[in-house]
Amino acid sequence: MLDSETKAGSTITPPGAPARALPVIDKDNEAFWTWGAKGQLAIFRCQDCGYYIHTPVRFCPKCESVDVEPEATSGKGFVTSFTINYKQWVPGLPERFVLAIVRIAEQDDVQLITNIVNCDPDSVTMDMPVKVVFEQHEDLWIPFFEPESN
Amino acid sequence: MPANAYGEKNTAITGVGQSKVSRGSEHSALRLTVDACMAAIKDAGLTRAAIDGIATWPGDRGDESGFSPVGSAGLQDALRLKVKWYAGGGEAPGQYGAVFNAIGAISAGLCRNVLIFRTMYEATARKAAFANSLLKPGQRQGGGFAWYAPYWNYAAALQQSLFFNKYTHNSGIKPEQIAQISINQRRNASLNPAAIYRTPITLDDYMASPRIAGPLRIYDCDVPIDGCTAIIVSRLDVARDLRNKPVRIEAVGSSMEYRNSWTQLDCLPTQAQPHVAEMMWSRTDLKPKDVHMAQLYDGFSFHTINWLENFGFCGRYEAKDFIEGGKRIALEGELPVNTSGGALSAGRLHAYGAVHEACTQLWGRGGERQVKGDPRVVATSTAGGPLAGAMLLVKED
Repeated sequence: MLDSETKAGSTITPPGAPARALPVIDKDNEAFWTWGAKGQLAIFRCQDCGYYIHTPVRFCPKCESVDVEPEATSGKGFVTSFTINYKQWVPGLPERFVLAIVRIAEQDDVQLITNIVNCDPDSVTMDMPVKVVFEQHEDLWIPFFEPESN
Repeated sequence: MPANAYGEKNTAITGVGQSKVSRGSEHSALRLTVDACMAAIKDAGLTRAAIDGIATWPGDRGDESGFSPVGSAGLQDALRLKVKWYAGGGEAPGQYGAVFNAIGAISAGLCRNVLIFRTMYEATARKAAFANSLLKPGQRQGGGFAWYAPYWNYAAALQQSLFFNKYTHNSGIKPEQIAQISINQRRNASLNPAAIYRTPITLDDYMASPRIAGPLRIYDCDVPIDGCTAIIVSRLDVARDLRNKPVRIEAVGSSMEYRNSWTQLDCLPTQAQPHVAEMMWSRTDLKPKDVHMAQLYDGFSFHTINWLENFGFCGRYEAKDFIEGGKRIALEGELPVNTSGGALSAGRLHAYGAVHEACTQLWGRGGERQVKGDPRVVATSTAGGPLAGAMLLVKED
């Protein structure tokens, strides 16, 4: 389920929760933070050898090609590591939430920092299959991940 | 390669100094820096006129975080030093980047006595504003940490517990084993008059303490302080004419052979330590069994646990057995660890507290916490995600 519109009313960021800090957008990271508008998780890919390159730069460290473009991926991945937060660092922060590193299904060394959402934090496990879900903040579409079984 | 091809072997620590360390100072960060630096200069038996180099990490941040409020320029002007070389900057192999830079400058013949310092003012900063949420409304985050920006990554404890949880998962270490790091260090701190927290803690105290994130409890986290540590690194022939027995820098590890990224780190459970340790051991004939004491980075207890393995004091994922019960790492043990109480109990002096303590012990000034048997060889380290640096220090005969 990659169509963001089917997630209307999503409570990824509940009312009263802290605002999501947003990244500075540049020519390399723009696709990653905006293609969620069309339900797509964009990762840079070498057009010569097919290697995915993240964090994005238009240079392939495998074959030295500079023919590198953002491509939509499956939006699926696996939890490489995660942690449950217990401390309320700022007012409104949910009592517990999951910060995670997700590797995309297409290539193990593309690691995305994210929150695992729409599930009980205690149900998250190492290597758990997950899928992307987006939430709009200002002009950006932030990728989060939820259990693939959702 | 002849031994003298390794520049660090031609350098030594000749003096150390530390300001008063507190949870909120009546003095400015610059004044604390002056206190530590003048103490180090005098400890080495030098004068300001003899200091011809300055190095610091990561330099003046120019922000309100207290993470690094004083740089080489501010210190140079405060002390009116006349130097031949100076440097401050954060893109280096962890906190010891300043020492490695100093070794390079001495080896290049630029200077002879380098004043190195690290100032933290986080205790005061956190009373004014939460130090890790300095983004202003409407402001967007740049740099490598922007990839964490939307995900409520409010603290290093949260972010680095991503690494520690992977280690815990792979190693099977149990909370009562992790606890031995903070329990041992609090015991050491109880014997250190300068430590912040000096009341010993028990396993029950640890298990009852608040959880922060992942496997981290409050006692696994270092203690933000106001304070400064300074050391003098001198060319070895100069060092031999000074008042303290030279503490030679026998070997360093300064490599970066992993992906230098807080998101794409390719060694999650060990962080960037193994290749750094390998480099250090490749530059000396000494072996882990020759080390008398370890002053290991302890921003979080897991950094220390990682270093026990990565320095080779025990095997991969065997630290849990090495620290079980705490006897091996105690002051009386086979490898005393973080004898001042470290950052967990003596305060977050950010790896320079560890160098200060190494020299304190090597020069026999440890008082009640002095390790017996005239220790001569200390392993010491920095850490944090893609940052890692290591030094082996040896007291000259």
